[in-house]
Amino acid sequence: MSEIFSADNRLRFIALAIALAVLVSLPFWVSGIYYINVGSQILFFAVFALGLNILVGYAGLVSLGHAGLFGISAYATAYMLQHGFGHTSAIMMALVVGVASMALFAVLSLRSSGIGFIMITLALGQILWGLAYRWISVTDGDNGIPVRGRPAPFGYSLTDPVHFYYASLIVFIVAVAMVFIFVRSPFGAALMGTRDQPRRMNALGYHVWMIRFYACLFSGLLTAVSAILFVYYTNFISPQTLSLTASAEVLLMVISGGPGTLLGPIVGATLVVVIKTVVSGFIERWNFLLGAIFVAIVILMPEGIVPGSARLWRLVTRKRTAAPPAPAATTERTP
Amino acid sequence: MSRKVTRRKFMAATAAGAALATFKFPAPAIAQAAPFKLGLLTVKTGPLAQGGIQMEQGVLTYLKEKNNTFGGRKVEFFSADTGGSPAGTKTKVQELVERDKVDAILGPLAAFELLAITDYIAQNKTPMLSLAGAEDITQRRPNPYFLRPSATSAQAMHPMADFAAKELKLKRIVTVSEDFAFGHEQMGGFQETFENAGGKVVAKIWPPLVTPDYTPFVAQIADCDGVCQGFAGSNPLRFMKTYASAGLKYPVVSGETGGDDALLRIMGDEFLGMYSCCPYTLDLANDSNKRFVAAMQKDFGVDPGFYAAGLYVATQVVDEGLKLNGGKSDDRAALTKAMRSVKLKDTPRGDLSFDQYGNVIGDFFIRQVAKEGGKYVNKTLKTYKNVSQFWTYDEKAFLARPVYSRNYPPVKS
Repeated sequence: MSEIFSADNRLRFIALAIALAVLVSLPFWVSGIYYINVGSQILFFAVFALGLNILVGYAGLVSLGHAGLFGISAYATAYMLQHGFGHTSAIMMALVVGVASMALFAVLSLRSSGIGFIMITLALGQILWGLAYRWISVTDGDNGIPVRGRPAPFGYSLTDPVHFYYASLIVFIVAVAMVFIFVRSPFGAALMGTRDQPRRMNALGYHVWMIRFYACLFSGLLTAVSAILFVYYTNFISPQTLSLTASAEVLLMVISGGPGTLLGPIVGATLVVVIKTVVSGFIERWNFLLGAIFVAIVILMPEGIVPGSARLWRLVTRKRTAAPPAPAATTERTP
Repeated sequence: MSRKVTRRKFMAATAAGAALATFKFPAPAIAQAAPFKLGLLTVKTGPLAQGGIQMEQGVLTYLKEKNNTFGGRKVEFFSADTGGSPAGTKTKVQELVERDKVDAILGPLAAFELLAITDYIAQNKTPMLSLAGAEDITQRRPNPYFLRPSATSAQAMHPMADFAAKELKLKRIVTVSEDFAFGHEQMGGFQETFENAGGKVVAKIWPPLVTPDYTPFVAQIADCDGVCQGFAGSNPLRFMKTYASAGLKYPVVSGETGGDDALLRIMGDEFLGMYSCCPYTLDLANDSNKRFVAAMQKDFGVDPGFYAAGLYVATQVVDEGLKLNGGKSDDRAALTKAMRSVKLKDTPRGDLSFDQYGNVIGDFFIRQVAKEGGKYVNKTLKTYKNVSQFWTYDEKAFLARPVYSRNYPPVKS
């Protein structure tokens, strides 16, 4: 945290500026709305992955129930719209429902950490999936709920794919900034402390449970935000969105990109969405390809693509400049 | 902006090609026209893959028969696997429409996939020919770009119920079907006609699409003299096994998916005697069907079922519609209109035409599973000719009723 103005970081800021320029100008040089829509998907799944990364990466709590939370916010939006409420109240309701269910999740699952936490979140996620699947009077089961139309903030109708892309981009940038500030705040440091040394943090007088609980709420907020974008993007919600596969997929985004890093989930979301939507058009067994890539990541850079590439980059540059090795980002976690 | 020019050039070339075609110029000049792009949304993974793979085979069989050419235009074929999920269907339909810029889409398979994209299809003005249920898309919420050349969910169940009541003399029936739109609508249609004919549906049982074990559901079947099952994909096999091993002997009636011909080669004795009603039957003795069955057996080594035949016929309708429209596909509304005006005689399912909503009017076959020379066959017992989605009901009265659903018509106690 101390070397914010180091050469390494200046390079990072330049890279970020370039990335931002690329993202903003994307609709101008990408041909066809198909790829713009893929871009929107990457952005809101990246927000989802950022949300999960708060728990997986910074709090050391692996959740396998996040698709359930994602789905409940999406269902809340769709349900409100179906019952004639406006977009504003539907979005507000979705945020409230998303964060409230995360709070409930947290109260139940924070009784343990490690494997216990995984199993409880898995069970809760499956309960939500089951409700979506079988509570026919509310969710219409397998048939799902269609969402008609998208909102038009400040007169820009989001039905236009380019407008929707920019709306997703704004939400994405705000989410990234929030996570950036969160991680660098004293609270973020305390959260990472509870990840690495929960007992010592406890002895130092930190309320470990409360810190984790707040982290859960923040994660739930980002999940709800991405779910709202998702439901407006697909104009449809059905139980498959809440399935265990979906939970595993977002976890895969976080782990493959690099948990506990800001860019990791974004890179992971890009990887998964591109393979799932674009590459699957060319390769029928895209699941297999995704699996193979994941295995390759685990073998070559077990810490994830972003920290792994950074390590390789440092290896290369260190040889040339003979600079002292930069301290690697802390990725060790208590199991 | 060079894209636009190329696109305009394409259109000009298409129009020129079409104009040439009408003047009967030699073939090489016509072949210069831009290719006709045909998309397919199917399912190749999950419990519905059984039918989804046959869908693609049906399309490929027709394309091969026509040497990949519709009315002088080369056909470019794009196939996409939706994975059987609505979100996947949305992604893949966008791929077909926005990236591949297809002129028409075949599929998707399941009603819940269709429900997820029907508005999108109408917005993007792409003709879509599907065998998915979701009745209202050709009824109370019509989509002007949609055609269903197979059958609505209930279209085969109306004649099945008529047959069950009048010929099988069944009085009390329990229905079992998957808990999604297709199942609800099938069983609703069955109940409506069966009860009009004097029968009674005593209970409706709804297992979810992915059910590991049907035993608890089979255990609820009682107090009846017949069972109607509406399972899809490979689920009928599992259901019938559980049904037989529970020792139940009531006659079973079913729809196009429950007694699908594609399932014959993996059926067991538990299917013997089961009745089904289908808009396609393997043993239909017309030229088109003989050609189709022989080609499927030769190329894929399988007997075609409802899904393969449905897509073969759908592709035939696209071909015929394109011809009626003079080979032009840039005006999608005109193309859809042309497709809806198609009347075919030589198809694997016999005569076929469309009503004003884009839904098929055609023959429906009542068949019974029997064993011939060690092989299971569906023997056709009766053909209901020219059945529309409204059966014998008045169209206005039919549309004034709510759509068939989980709770409509209600079970009368």
